[in-house]
Amino acid sequence: MAAIEVKELHVAYGDKAVLHGVDLVVEDAAVTAVLGPSGCGKTSLLRVVAGLLRPTAGRVSLGGAVVVDDGIWVRPERRRIGIVPQEGALFPHLDVAGNVGFGLPGSRREKSVRVAELLALVGMAGTGSMRPQELSGGMQQRVAVARALSRRPDVVLLDEPFSALDAGLRDEVRADVLAAIRADGAAALLVTHDQDEALSSADRVAVMRDGVVVQEGAPSDVYGSPVDLGVARFVGECVELPLLADADGSLRTALGAAAGPGGSTGVAVLRPEELVLSEPGSGADGAPVRIVSVRYHGHDCLLDVVLPDGHVVAVRTLGSTPWRPGDDARLTARVPARVLA
Amino acid sequence: MPVDAPIRTEPRAPVRGSVLGVRAAPLHVVAALAALVASVPLLYLVVRVSDAGWSRVLDIVVSPRTGVLALRSVGLALAVALTCMVVGIAVAWLVTRTDLPLRRTWLVVAALPLAIPSYVTAYTWLAAFPWLEGPVASWFVMVMACTPYVVLPVAAVLMRLDPSGLDVARTLGLGPVAAFRRAVVPQVLPAAASGGLLVALYTLSEFGVVSLLRFDTFTRVIYTSYRASFDRTTAAVLALVLVALAVVFVLAERRVRGPGSRWRTDRGAARVAQPLRLGAWRWPALAAMCGFYALAVLFPMAMLGVLLLRGRPGVDVGEWAAAIGSTVLASGTGALIALLLAIPIGVLAARYRDRLASAIESVAFLGFALPGVTVGLSLVFLGITIAPVLYQTLAMLGFAYAVLFLSTAIGSVRSSVAQVPPVLEDVGRTLGHGPLRTWSRITLPLVAPGIAAGALIVLLTAMKELPATLMLRPTGMDTLATELWTRTSVAQFGEAAPYAVSLVLLAAVPALVLARLAGRRQEG
Repeated sequence: MAAIEVKELHVAYGDKAVLHGVDLVVEDAAVTAVLGPSGCGKTSLLRVVAGLLRPTAGRVSLGGAVVVDDGIWVRPERRRIGIVPQEGALFPHLDVAGNVGFGLPGSRREKSVRVAELLALVGMAGTGSMRPQELSGGMQQRVAVARALSRRPDVVLLDEPFSALDAGLRDEVRADVLAAIRADGAAALLVTHDQDEALSSADRVAVMRDGVVVQEGAPSDVYGSPVDLGVARFVGECVELPLLADADGSLRTALGAAAGPGGSTGVAVLRPEELVLSEPGSGADGAPVRIVSVRYHGHDCLLDVVLPDGHVVAVRTLGSTPWRPGDDARLTARVPARVLA
Repeated sequence: MPVDAPIRTEPRAPVRGSVLGVRAAPLHVVAALAALVASVPLLYLVVRVSDAGWSRVLDIVVSPRTGVLALRSVGLALAVALTCMVVGIAVAWLVTRTDLPLRRTWLVVAALPLAIPSYVTAYTWLAAFPWLEGPVASWFVMVMACTPYVVLPVAAVLMRLDPSGLDVARTLGLGPVAAFRRAVVPQVLPAAASGGLLVALYTLSEFGVVSLLRFDTFTRVIYTSYRASFDRTTAAVLALVLVALAVVFVLAERRVRGPGSRWRTDRGAARVAQPLRLGAWRWPALAAMCGFYALAVLFPMAMLGVLLLRGRPGVDVGEWAAAIGSTVLASGTGALIALLLAIPIGVLAARYRDRLASAIESVAFLGFALPGVTVGLSLVFLGITIAPVLYQTLAMLGFAYAVLFLSTAIGSVRSSVAQVPPVLEDVGRTLGHGPLRTWSRITLPLVAPGIAAGALIVLLTAMKELPATLMLRPTGMDTLATELWTRTSVAQFGEAAPYAVSLVLLAAVPALVLARLAGRRQEG
């Protein structure tokens, strides 16, 4: 049974519609990222699931129980969910233990056992008596996650919880936090505008645009087989090439075969790491190119090369590269280009 | 960073369907009702005046006597305001940007006149020089009492002014004086002008000082004609004219200050400017400061001490204790009623940005535009004609205080609630608490200190209120302010001393509590 099931969800603020029929399924114990640019409606979706915003139409079920539908509205405190807002939103008047134990029933002693357990789960053991103001941003996020997990929710809703953290800290906090949620057996809905975060940490990715989910799938599907040019550009760097029509009507580009849903008016898309440079003149096939610039990033290199027709495309190589600006080379693609509209 | 930044630093998120678990409509309705109740004194005064017939009203408004009164009142207000601005800017500059000896101490001293109600200052001068009266004496006493309203905001601006602006101006080819005039003065002027207009407004509605010094301005004439004649239409019409003048000053002050903003100290750590070396002027400047504050602070304080020691035989301890009790009771009632009215309005203003909400919030404006004499007069009429049950009751007096000091109460409720992000309430709901429990466990503990502080300020201000208290106090009840007033009017200066001293001391108690609250909030 799905942890979250959203059907035909519509949301409007006044007469401004922000969600136009969103469908989404989050499986049990899975992490689903909702990825989209700011203003696409992803936070509204999360707030409806949490019970903090009433939709104009649509249905939401949590673990098979309908919580939103015509005439049905389950209040947030009755849904088995936990929420981690941006920047944590810890209660400033309570210490760490008070925050984590806020929603727990029972005596002080019963609470303190569970609080200690939760703090250990997020790597914050022993900090119960600290004040939120004494914690770094990453520590605050960990406490916020412990608080969200306190009542053993079926679903944890994360609203861009890592975007305020330093780049160096972000990966570590994210990995620990998602591990804690997984260890607890809860499903997670992670709202983010960071494609790297969505692709690297989620089991499923739903790409949202203008109030609808345009594509949903495993991260590799979304990256490797985007449904349209917009999704392709949003989830990663694109090499876009014009289509050439063969005599037999099949599509190709200057770098080889092309196929996909875009049709003959579409654009051929490749990823920079799918392109290979080789020595010129060795009789090899591929398009003759000249290297324009080389940007060295340590773990990889990004080269700009120019095709005979003047198109500049990006090529990624692992580690360092022998190529220098001005060198001539041959360029081939390891996979057929995707034709997208 | 603009010079005047709003106290609310970030706009609220999109308007939500519910606030504190209350659906939108009921909160609007409750707040609108509170605003309506607060407007009763003004509305009733208008009704009362229009009953008198327009030709009669016109006769009073355009009479030469009214013209003279207006000239006196506005002239006094402007003279006091301008003097306070000149003195205030000079003092603020000396204590913040120069090497004046004991700068930090002087900043505290500069705020001290606020601790002495202006009519207490007038009383101390009268006790020393019983022949004092008229416009110049009124001007002098008001200036002594009002400089902090200019010094404090200007000093705040000067302290966080980035000194590099002055350096940049110098590198762009300006001499030191021109650089100061073009890089610093424009940033200070709004603060000074706003402070000056507040001074003008206080002077316009000041009753105690001009009455003790027998200078016939609007407030004094309204009070005497209310006391003297059976036909109170004149008093009512003059009171409305006074409101109109006050509104002009309030609007001017808002214009200068900019929409919805207040002076505040910035979070960003301002670079410390190299203090200007006064050189040979250092000691003359110090002497000027000593001289001014000897008159504004030392003299009234010392005089109070002297009078207290001299006047002991004439004091009735029982009467004195009763006055303290009544003062606390009446101002406490006022603070309570102010809170009751302010909570729905303040919460609405903090959580809603719609036009209705800001219209409702603008009743806060009333307190500024309605002088105490006006509120007192209107409620006397109301008590006599419509609600005799309430006439001369504690509730009526408390209500007058609540209307006069409503803006303080609304402001504190609003800023306290605005500091609690709605997302905290959201989180509370998802942790299994209903709206009321969420409110009481999260919002209430967070807003309570701020709202309590606001109530204390209302209490403090109401203790010092004189004209409305004189008109509305229950028969036989005397507060510290009215006791002081009665005794000073008949030149019993020694007998008045204990009341004046208690008033200063009592007013200091909430100030101390406030300072502690503020300190604790900064730590937390």
